[in-house]
Amino acid sequence: MRPMAQIAMVMNLDKCIGCHTCSVTCKQAWTNRQGMEHVWFNNVETRPGQGYPRRYEDQERWRGGWELNRRGALKLKAGGRLRKLAGIFSNPELPEIKDYYEPWTYDYKNLTDAPLGDDFPVAQPISQLDSKPMKIEWSANWDDNLAGAPAHGDLDPMVERARRQASDKVRFEFEQTFMFYLPRICEHCLNPSCVASCPSGAMYKRAEDGIVLVDQDRCRGWRMCVTGCPYKKVYFNHRTGKAEKCTLCYPRVEVGLPTVCSETCVGRLRYLGVILYDADKVTAAASMRSERDLYEAQLGVFLDPEDTGVRRACEEAGIPYDWLEAARRSPVHALISKYRVALPLHPEYRTMPMVWYIPPLSPVVDALTESGHDGEDARNLFGAIDSLRIPLEYLAELFTAGDVGPVRSSLERLAAMRSHMRAINLGEEPDPSVPGAVGMGTYEIESMYRLLAIAKYEDRYVIPTAAVGDARRLEESALPQGCSLDYDGGPGMGGDGPFGRDSGRKLLPLVPVENFHLLRGRQTADDTADTTSITPTTDAEEA
Amino acid sequence: MTTLLWGVLPYVTLAVLVAGLVWRHRYDRFGWTTRSSRVYESRLLNIASPAFHYGILFVLVGHIVGLFIPESWTDAGGVSEHAYHLCSLYGGTAAGIVTVGGIALLVYRRRTRAPVFRATTVNDKMMYVVLVAAIVLGMVAKLSHTSGDGYDYRQSIAPWARSLFTLSPDTDLMGGVPVLYQIHVVFGMALIALVPYTRLVHMFSAPVQYLFRPYVVYRSRDPEQLGPRPERRGWERAGS
Repeated sequence: MRPMAQIAMVMNLDKCIGCHTCSVTCKQAWTNRQGMEHVWFNNVETRPGQGYPRRYEDQERWRGGWELNRRGALKLKAGGRLRKLAGIFSNPELPEIKDYYEPWTYDYKNLTDAPLGDDFPVAQPISQLDSKPMKIEWSANWDDNLAGAPAHGDLDPMVERARRQASDKVRFEFEQTFMFYLPRICEHCLNPSCVASCPSGAMYKRAEDGIVLVDQDRCRGWRMCVTGCPYKKVYFNHRTGKAEKCTLCYPRVEVGLPTVCSETCVGRLRYLGVILYDADKVTAAASMRSERDLYEAQLGVFLDPEDTGVRRACEEAGIPYDWLEAARRSPVHALISKYRVALPLHPEYRTMPMVWYIPPLSPVVDALTESGHDGEDARNLFGAIDSLRIPLEYLAELFTAGDVGPVRSSLERLAAMRSHMRAINLGEEPDPSVPGAVGMGTYEIESMYRLLAIAKYEDRYVIPTAAVGDARRLEESALPQGCSLDYDGGPGMGGDGPFGRDSGRKLLPLVPVENFHLLRGRQTADDTADTTSITPTTDAEEA
Repeated sequence: MTTLLWGVLPYVTLAVLVAGLVWRHRYDRFGWTTRSSRVYESRLLNIASPAFHYGILFVLVGHIVGLFIPESWTDAGGVSEHAYHLCSLYGGTAAGIVTVGGIALLVYRRRTRAPVFRATTVNDKMMYVVLVAAIVLGMVAKLSHTSGDGYDYRQSIAPWARSLFTLSPDTDLMGGVPVLYQIHVVFGMALIALVPYTRLVHMFSAPVQYLFRPYVVYRSRDPEQLGPRPERRGWERAGS
């Protein structure tokens, strides 16, 4: 066993209202720069829809992720090492900017500078690639809220696959349509195909917290990572010529703060926490022969933080104690492994993604209520799941490689929770057979309710700081070499000399004696801190 | 003049190359990239870029064989001068044509596709001039001496090139070399000297190590970099 810790995320899709706050705050924090105009580390897609970049899920076209070779071993879908190097001069599987969208701005100047005329001046859209007027034809969320779905809806690769299973279930006529929002960030996979694709070795998975990062000093712009990532969450900065990607806001996570997208989420639907997993089992789990076994296989890779054997192994592997404690309290571990309501996005890519999703149930309840039934009655609800407006088959294509079983069981647990809590709210005697029907106890289902519905800040984000484990090292590296008081005139004064502390030409007093220069310095300095030190040159600066 | 061109300039070139690479590696690792324009335009690039790069790699191998494998070795291997000449003429010309075709298409693409053109710096333009000049002059030199067994540079240029590495440059050998070859050599040296200062530097990061490393790379946080970076001598923080 080789236990490792990973900061993972779960998103509760029931609560997503598609407000794009996460996308915008992420953009402001991370990609508000030249060369990254078309890049959204976090984006919210309306499903069904083509996604961003367009049809990124069509791996027959983009060749992202892993597949099994004839001997059943994992290989990169875009080709192995030799093939990668042979094709390094041009890579036909790389999306162009226009597959995302052509970034633009507006000619605002024309609004004030246009010559007097009969018409109102307009601000024409200007391409940010070539500075010429352009026609806006696509953007990151062009098909938001099913815009254009009658025309574009069939282009969703997952619709195509769901139709193969249940031909009449996905419809785009207004009365029969359905939709939900899917916020996406980098999956920070356990078996990242972008890292495996990088010829320079610039991409890496951090050993402490599993965050996948690009070393900007080592990236040489070969762009194989963009092809390698099946979620298309590694981007090419067209100005710097380097790959950039979602960092899971590691500077925030390291000090125990949630990511920007989580912090600003209006629906409070994101959960962050530690997952312990066995790194030795990852390859075997990712190589399951059947794509439908991949979800269960990934659950098998995760370790139970309550297990004493696991805890001992983790300690031996150097995982700090507060990380183990955080893993026990981890909401992500609870939703994934304990309640089993969260599901991975596209496990069939075999990358072992670590951002999981709770499938949306709300439209079922709404549909039942509209049809005059009691939407939260357990019997109605269970029956309705199979005739869901959002077809199970479609959700299964997203979350379980087409296996409707786990999706149904997740939705049934959510339905049971609603029904149980409804009885409590109405002052009725809760029927213990309702949680029982989905294999849960009363206490369990109520704690799941607290986590999903009450969702307090400190329950949603249980993030151990990197700093505790590193506190000493951090302190030492932040301070100058040697003692900070050890400057000329300071209390340390370079320690004892051979003739004792007070010998030699040193400025003695711990509290500087008030003198003319000190007084003048204090009265004329811009910064109050300046006045305390008489001579600003310290040993550390000279060193 | 002979000493300057064939005795001093090669060492200057080498020094500029090595110093440039060290400088770039120390101070501009972030700028060390292919600066690909593939995301702007891919249709032309998918044809032109492999043509140019494979062509130039073949040309490079040809130059190494021509300059650093002495004639006595190929003679010992039973390759006659005539056979060698034919090989070098047809192989070299074929590779040259592919390379020139590739770079012509690349330059055409760079000029006509607006986003690509806008991403072209002065540095790039100068580099293109020297690169194209070196390639074209090499082709011209070769193709204007095709009669008989052609010009036998293995008696003059090659021994000179080897003598550079024994630190006893035999500059007299280059005196009798046709002018076209001489110009080509000078442009070649200029190109080599330019490599570290232009986007050509990406040739030194050819990712051969990819063949040997494990697929998934793990790295720990560097304790050296947890705090602010130590300030480097000579780089003072602005505003302090």
